[in-house]
Amino acid sequence: MTSHPTASGYNFAYLDEQTKRMIRRAILKAIAIPGYQVPFASREMPMPYGWGTGGVQVTAAILGPDDRLKVIDQGADDTTNAVSIRKFFEKTAGVATTTHTAEATVIQTRHRIPEKTLGPDQVLVYQVPIPEPLRFLEPRETETRVMHALEDYGLMHVKLYEDIARHGHIATTYAYPVKVEDRYVMDPSPTPKFDNPKMNDCAALQLFGAGREKRIYALPPHTKVVSLDFEDHPFEPTKFDHACGLCGATHTYLDEVITDDAGGRMFVCSDTDHCEERRAEGHRGDLLGEAPAEIAGAAE
Amino acid sequence: MAVALAFADPVRDAQAAFRAVMNAMARPGSVQPVAGLTGAPAPLSPTAAAIAVALADYETPLWLDPALAAAPDVGAWLTFHTGARIVAEPARAAFALVAEPAALPDFATFAQGTDVYPDRSTTLILQVASLTGGPVLRLSGPGISGHAHLAATSLPADITAHLAANHALFPRGVDLVLAGPEGVAALPRTTRVTEEA
Repeated sequence: MTSHPTASGYNFAYLDEQTKRMIRRAILKAIAIPGYQVPFASREMPMPYGWGTGGVQVTAAILGPDDRLKVIDQGADDTTNAVSIRKFFEKTAGVATTTHTAEATVIQTRHRIPEKTLGPDQVLVYQVPIPEPLRFLEPRETETRVMHALEDYGLMHVKLYEDIARHGHIATTYAYPVKVEDRYVMDPSPTPKFDNPKMNDCAALQLFGAGREKRIYALPPHTKVVSLDFEDHPFEPTKFDHACGLCGATHTYLDEVITDDAGGRMFVCSDTDHCEERRAEGHRGDLLGEAPAEIAGAAE
Repeated sequence: MAVALAFADPVRDAQAAFRAVMNAMARPGSVQPVAGLTGAPAPLSPTAAAIAVALADYETPLWLDPALAAAPDVGAWLTFHTGARIVAEPARAAFALVAEPAALPDFATFAQGTDVYPDRSTTLILQVASLTGGPVLRLSGPGISGHAHLAATSLPADITAHLAANHALFPRGVDLVLAGPEGVAALPRTTRVTEEA
């Protein structure tokens, strides 16, 4: 038996082997039934529910010593959730990590899909808080199960219709429901609807893990994923009136950042790696001009 | 009776075998290499043995086809290494191991899952002599861009009819994992299969 460069006392990638087998079997069923939520015996993890325990368990079950892991939280590699999960796997699995989307074989994400188009040798693992798209319309699991079995999704269309009646347009902007291969309605996790088109015909395998709710679901590569809409109110991804203040991108998802208490704000790419790459290529946004001397540390 | 060894490195080898099955299931028709367990007792093939040991445990009853059930070493080896029970009724099995796919019983004898829980179905692990060189099947569906081909040998002559009936049950139905000397390929219930003209 060989040893792995991991924190002593833990199995490779933290989980015991029986737990991994149980999760792996759920993943195989999830891939075979795209969009269907497979129940699994979610374990307690050394982090609270809500911090990505579902995604962490899926990642732990698929990860091998040759993988290169990237973890993002709302698109960023350097926020608390991303940093702590990346360090967790560095410590317990000894795997290589990266912040570059193109170099990663496994990408665990909280609420974003990277801007860079994913390839066939990559797996995207989503952290999912509420896997059931019908949950806020029908609280009983026994009922939502039957609704999925009967393909009874009228209630979801009523919800979208009520959006239109109230707001004049479909006001759902994140966790926007999708239909998978013309069969299951699925919650894409709270990703912005901007990202929904990237799920369709994606070359990478997409796995979804909900730890507290104990569900795993999946989208095999090149699966048809359609955002629900109406003929006279077609789905429209979010558009921005601004360009990224740092890299000048007009095709990316932007975060609004408040910069002072006088209404000052800026818009920047939520995908930090993509933004950094663009700046390295020489792209410049409006706000990346010369900083004031006292900030830039220029000589007096 | 001495029991032959299984994975030399249980953690790493099980992960590698699972990942091959996962990639095969995610890309129906593609052949993913698997390091077989050459010590497995005949007629259990090295590839099928590796897949079984990677995925089965005390939670997953196994069904063995008559060819495997006739070899007492196979059941003893699987029970020792996985802790799985061997069951006589195919409908109670999480995994079915089949050494002679040409004599495959009707899919309906296996667990099909229910409309509410379609995941509660049997996964069939079929040993084939080769994943290439057989009649060419044309595949389409999730996991496949356009269409793909699989030319496994040893399958029953009327396999496309069985697979079409299985596909029509969606979301219920069984999933097929083909274990050959080259590795593993899969035909999940979502895959539409026709004979190549």
